[in-house]
Amino acid sequence: MGYLASDMTARGTGTATASIRVRLFARYAELVGRTEAAVSVALPATVGDVLRRLRDEVPAARALPERPLAALNLRQVKLDARVEDGDEVALLPPIAGG
Amino acid sequence: MPYLTRDPLSVERLVAEVSAPERGGTCVFLGTVRNGPEEQGVTAIEYSAYEAMVEAEFGRLLADAGGRWPQARIAVRHRLGTIPSGEASIAIAVAAPHRAEAFEACRFVIEEVKRRIPVWKKELRVDGTETWVDPSGRPSHV
Repeated sequence: MGYLASDMTARGTGTATASIRVRLFARYAELVGRTEAAVSVALPATVGDVLRRLRDEVPAARALPERPLAALNLRQVKLDARVEDGDEVALLPPIAGG
Repeated sequence: MPYLTRDPLSVERLVAEVSAPERGGTCVFLGTVRNGPEEQGVTAIEYSAYEAMVEAEFGRLLADAGGRWPQARIAVRHRLGTIPSGEASIAIAVAAPHRAEAFEACRFVIEEVKRRIPVWKKELRVDGTETWVDPSGRPSHV
């Protein structure tokens, strides 16, 4: 024996899930009416899957663009980037710094 | 050193961070809140940010600049909150042995800020209207 429970779940059944913190900023926060949400996705999953899950669970999030700029753990990524449990996904309106 | 502040920016302090006798060229860029004919009465801009990512991304951006101009020293601050027109929202100071590197690195930093640093601005107008600034397309009235 000696397997961790999480190993058993991931290897045995393929039903491991990831809890993702989603953050919204500026105009997107106003559109959705909140600045963050917690969503769960079945692994393997991508940032795009997180976005789809957010739209399912938070109807106002359907007002967001189809393919928004996204960041994963403080780095810009494409929507096909893989997520892991505990990750932070941010949806970024068009950048307007300076 | 944090790159974000809610206080007015001090050019003197930034220049002091990069100055040294061996760096004979110093270039300073200030971005200020504009109220020209196109802005139609902007009294202030409200700046917000994904603050943790701004700090991380500025670190990466300055590392990139350091790779291109290894002898340059660069300091940058971005201000958040409500900034009245005419006041600076970003200040960049670059000191290098010669002016060409200082100008080039300073230009690189502000252009990369516009592309990479997750900051957003909402224009506040004298008539009470507010507009999110969207450099990628049309402004979105709120």
